[in-house]
Amino acid sequence: MKAGSNLERVLEAGHFAVTAELGPPKSADAKVIHDKAETLKGNCDAVNITDNQTAMVRMSSIAAGTIALQHGLDPVIQMTCRDRNRICMQSDLLGAYALGVRNVLCLSGDHQRFGNHPQAKNVYDVDSMQLIRMVKNMRDEKKFQCGEAIKVEPRFFIGAAANPFADPFEFRPIRLGKKVAAGADFAQTQLVYNVEKFINFMEIVRKMGIHEKIYILPGVGPIKSGKAAEMMATTVPGLEVPDEIVQRMKKAEDPKAEGISICLEIIDRVRQIPGVAGIHIMAIEWEKAVPDIVQRAGLLPRPVIEVVEEPQEPPAQKPA
Amino acid sequence: MIIAEQKTLEEIKQIVAGYNKLLVVGCGTCVTVCFAGGEKEVGILASELRMARQMDGQQLETVERTIQRQCEWEFVDQLKDAIEDCDAILSMGCGVGVQGLAERFPTKVVLPALNTKGMALTVQEGLWAERCAGCGNCVLDKFGGVCPIARCSKSLQNGPCGGSVNGKCEIDPEIDCGWQLVYDRMKAINMLDKLYEVQEIKDWSTARDGGPRRINREDLRL
Amino acid sequence: MENEAEKSPNGYEPKVVAFACQYCAYSAADLAGPTGLQYPANVRLVKLPCTGKLDVLYILDAFENGADAVFIAGCLDGNCHHVEGPLRAKRRLVLANKILNELGIGADRLGMYQMSGGESIRFVEAAREMTDRARQLGPSPLNQRKSAANE
Repeated sequence: MKAGSNLERVLEAGHFAVTAELGPPKSADAKVIHDKAETLKGNCDAVNITDNQTAMVRMSSIAAGTIALQHGLDPVIQMTCRDRNRICMQSDLLGAYALGVRNVLCLSGDHQRFGNHPQAKNVYDVDSMQLIRMVKNMRDEKKFQCGEAIKVEPRFFIGAAANPFADPFEFRPIRLGKKVAAGADFAQTQLVYNVEKFINFMEIVRKMGIHEKIYILPGVGPIKSGKAAEMMATTVPGLEVPDEIVQRMKKAEDPKAEGISICLEIIDRVRQIPGVAGIHIMAIEWEKAVPDIVQRAGLLPRPVIEVVEEPQEPPAQKPA
Repeated sequence: MIIAEQKTLEEIKQIVAGYNKLLVVGCGTCVTVCFAGGEKEVGILASELRMARQMDGQQLETVERTIQRQCEWEFVDQLKDAIEDCDAILSMGCGVGVQGLAERFPTKVVLPALNTKGMALTVQEGLWAERCAGCGNCVLDKFGGVCPIARCSKSLQNGPCGGSVNGKCEIDPEIDCGWQLVYDRMKAINMLDKLYEVQEIKDWSTARDGGPRRINREDLRL
Repeated sequence: MENEAEKSPNGYEPKVVAFACQYCAYSAADLAGPTGLQYPANVRLVKLPCTGKLDVLYILDAFENGADAVFIAGCLDGNCHHVEGPLRAKRRLVLANKILNELGIGADRLGMYQMSGGESIRFVEAAREMTDRARQLGPSPLNQRKSAANE
């Protein structure tokens, strides 16, 4: 075990893993996290806590992750390179680990142009690849990026993002391979709607043997409406929604139900692709759909893996 | 070269408010080539400012001068005779030029008329685009002569990120994805395998992050 | 000389400056007299070797020195002796228009006309049109401020 997180244990045991996304609120309201955590509890092996997603100011992912921990969830803290330099990143990693967080997903981060503070200065001291390596070296070499030793090292299960739908396509598997070389343990992908393209991507990944070195969890997610489908298809760079899906969503009498049906069909298809280790459900601001999806996909109950060794740090206190 | 563009007339009007005799100084090098602060632009801006002042029912006197470079003392010194009876100097040079004048004439008010945008290439007439971020440690050998620091919106050294679509950057369809350009170049020169290597964390201490930079060449100093 | 009735009742007589290309508009203006055509005496003609020589500063100078309206008269597209003179002039007018609007003088006091060397009638029409426009618009705001300051 590298970190001993629930996600790592589930994947190591060879189970088909399910992760979900939990978006922190644009406020200081802890109740939002408590409610979402309760919804997701028992329906996934780990929850990704987004880090100021789309460059909108939201509650800190580490703080929200700590609240999720109180509910017995295994948080995957997302960390972007947009807002922190290497000093702050390492400091936050130490803090997150001390609070009981065991997974981190290393991301470049959406450019601030998309967010609610487009006039902000960005950082990008480190890129996502370099962040992966930094987290790995902290864990395995017990060293800070500068080379200094760490007495009690943070041991994270390291995640990376992959987008098979961005360009240049032929470089995408190579870039994932680079992330493996940098130290990534698992990868979560951009939302898969174009399953054919994802199958092609995985074929190259398998040829390169990458799937043997990293757990790959394709991103899936229900679309709420025809309008949302159209918007996703046309305005989100690096997201591909085939016209067939847009049309199905637009024609649907009950778009929400149709969105979930499409999602289930995609889960069914990606599960059959060799090298796929699980799924990552991104039901953005629609966490309530997750239990239904997981149940109908036949992915319940989630496995409970006994912890043989006690974690080094006691987990954060549970709520009264 | 250094590219710059003129501030809005409204802003310059506010910057020069209260001064009645202005020395408007152009620069004959970079900003002349990018049509922001050469002799012609000095003439136009001075005329604009005089008329703007007249529209407010007041008078503005301008003295127009353009020197070869505002960043070299031998040229800056040519302004000595002109500055005496001026209330303020309006520099149409880049940020370096403005400071060159301010440093040389310590008791004079020196004001900027331009916004300096960076180091760029003239892509075509009327179009300039940034090419160098001056990071102080050139990595162009690793990226086929395309700089990811200057040309990727996130300065990624292990790009492209997930927002690269059809060769364009996610932040603006007008901006080329720097990493698509790197990829294409590396492919064209048969060096794609170089991109398989993970680029280690960059030492930014050679960039502005290491404090204001200077070059000291003992062999050239007298 | 133009008709007296065209003059403004308050005695305001606009000053109109025309920048005319020597190959077309300038000779068109020259030919106006011999062909019996008249253009308003308000128009002062400045000969340009080509409208490609037009500079934004010329336009600003004209207004700063009292013009109420300015027009550029150049060759027809494709007929320029220097190939792309009028095209260049039109591009420069973009900046000139912006400046005139910013100053509050107004881009409507600036016009551009294209004609061949034989089209005296086109030049006369342009001259009348710009003079009429300047009459309607009244004195340039800059001239209004100047006369107010002098009083």
